[in-house]
Amino acid sequence: MAHASSYQPTSSFGQWLDARLPVGRVMHDQFMTFPTPRNLNYWWTFGGILTFMLAVQIATGVVLAMHYVPTPEGAFDSVETIMRDVNWGWLLRYSHAVGGSMFFLAAYIHTFRGLYYGSYKAPREVLWILGVLILLLMIATAFMGYSLVWGQMSFWAVTVITNLFSSLDAVIPGLGTKLVQWIWGGFAVGAPTLNRLFSLHYLFPFLIAGVVVLHIWALHVPGNNNPTGIDVKGPRDTVPFHPYYTIKDGFALLMFVLLFAVLLFYAPNLLGHSDNYIPANPLQTPPHIVPEWYFLPFYAVLRAIPNKLMGVIALISSIAILFFVPWLDTSKVRSTRYRPIYKWFFWVFVVTAIVLGYLGSQPPEGWYLIFGRIFTAYYFLFFLVVMPVVGLLEKPAKLPGSITESVLGPDEPLPLSVPKARQREQVL
Amino acid sequence: MADTDHSPAQSPLLAEDEPTRRDVILVAAAGFAAVGAAAALWPLLDQMNPDQSALSVATTELDLADVDPGQAITVMWRGKPIFVRHRTDEEIAAAKAVPVDDLPDALARNANLPDDAPATDENRTTKGHEGFLIMIGICTHLGCIPKGQAPGDNKGDYDGWFCPCHGSQYDTAGRIRKGPAPQNLAIPPYAYTSDTKVKIG
Ligand code: HEM
Ligand code: FES
Repeated sequence: MAHASSYQPTSSFGQWLDARLPVGRVMHDQFMTFPTPRNLNYWWTFGGILTFMLAVQIATGVVLAMHYVPTPEGAFDSVETIMRDVNWGWLLRYSHAVGGSMFFLAAYIHTFRGLYYGSYKAPREVLWILGVLILLLMIATAFMGYSLVWGQMSFWAVTVITNLFSSLDAVIPGLGTKLVQWIWGGFAVGAPTLNRLFSLHYLFPFLIAGVVVLHIWALHVPGNNNPTGIDVKGPRDTVPFHPYYTIKDGFALLMFVLLFAVLLFYAPNLLGHSDNYIPANPLQTPPHIVPEWYFLPFYAVLRAIPNKLMGVIALISSIAILFFVPWLDTSKVRSTRYRPIYKWFFWVFVVTAIVLGYLGSQPPEGWYLIFGRIFTAYYFLFFLVVMPVVGLLEKPAKLPGSITESVLGPDEPLPLSVPKARQREQVL
Repeated sequence: MADTDHSPAQSPLLAEDEPTRRDVILVAAAGFAAVGAAAALWPLLDQMNPDQSALSVATTELDLADVDPGQAITVMWRGKPIFVRHRTDEEIAAAKAVPVDDLPDALARNANLPDDAPATDENRTTKGHEGFLIMIGICTHLGCIPKGQAPGDNKGDYDGWFCPCHGSQYDTAGRIRKGPAPQNLAIPPYAYTSDTKVKIG
């Protein structure tokens, strides 16, 4: 949100630098005084958590790479060496592996937050699209990282997922096979494949960091959305980012890190599959191939469709459809809080995503397959039918007059200059 | 091309939207740069294709003398498992009994035959060696290794191979009968170099 800069460097070096490279000014204006809606709840703390998790993954990843060997003969053993011999290796590897899960947990909460409060609607479409792009890059990164362990699950996940591209053979014969061999660098998943997955697993997090900068930039042009979904109408509706939200985000981060620590120190393998502690064997497929939990809903969608090419198209669409949400939703109000009908569809959608996750972990037979199809159908109907149609038919509930009114109630007579929250604080 | 208005080189007599010499140079230069960039990009992409060493280790020889009827062996070729099964007479008869029109994939998928050869049992093997079925042991769905080579394996409803990943079932000629796999198990290029010796690739 454009606001006048109040940055005043006091030291002479600060003034000197400010005239040459005003990084201090940008930081001050964007992260200290930045006017932020006064009513943000805890669902708004996950952006900061995500930034923290990206830093954790990069820091632990770069040091893991100092010990990791990207060859079919060396990979599995080098991960075990990290776990047993490298100083603190167990901590680094478990932080990175559990960190991947925590990163996705935060990303999914953050995304559902955006869906619930309509944060994708004008003027935040580009912000939303950049977020979906980050999610896609994260999915690619985690997939490639998981392959590096070169256990049975790693190997067979790479095999099955790269083979998805061979479905293009049904469109242009030979194209899919060529593409898959290009990805593999051979005629099967092997040494060249592992080496390039390592190279790209190292690269992608830095691409993510780049898109995160754009994402925050795109956030700071219109400013934050908020739980009411109504626009900021004046200075009374906002508080400076620091200390109000640095403290709130910091507290939420602490709670999140606590959960991270419990998993990391007490159940580091809870979310992983034990088959990945068996070295990769290209001649034997494990009885059940299951991806990490954060891919399960998409895996369920893939398997719900009996045709190979259509399954792949459904899988890709299930994520890509998020790009179009800003235009699929026809509602005039942003926040689901004020949408009495849509609200129900939204929560059914949340349940759908969770149930699909469960179904993705089960073999695709009998009732699992039937329910997989029903929930996959709802997943797409939610975006393609519910969003456009309910938005047109529904009469939204009455919106509060302003953000401040939603916090303090409509009747409070207020001095124009000092928000109530701050008056109270001065007393304390 | 609006900003060419300010060009001192532009003749005032030219109409507003007429292309100038400068426009031509601009388009030519940008086009040339684009071609150059695309040419520079190609090695960066093509390096990922299978390299010379991957292409060169492309043949495997094996001896079938010791493989008795009912037995199966698996060898590696180009990093892929090759299934060899010495079929029993009953297995061959079962495969021959199926009309090609009833198969989900009616093509032989045999690299030694024309692409449109039908999936008869004869076309899945070599004349004079009908007992031996030699195939790439990779499920044509998403690349898992079907069960059916080891004695205790689940061979599926058609007594051939069963893929544990998504339940594809292949018959005793390696043809897809049930499940999501779109094609019959592929037959690699191979030739008998003697009565019992086979060269794959
Ligand atoms: C977006 C950030 C990242 C995510 C989501 C991510 C995710 C993952 C995952 C899920 C694994 C498998 C963990 C396991 O089961 O053991 C992994 C492994 C690995 N990652 Fe990352 N990673 C990220 C960033 C990085 C970076 C920047 C590097 C730097 C080179 C790196 C290096 C490695 C290495 C060497 C391994 C194999 C060792 C191991 O399994 O612990 N990662 N990554
Ligand atoms: S990979 Fe064999 S059935 Fe899917």
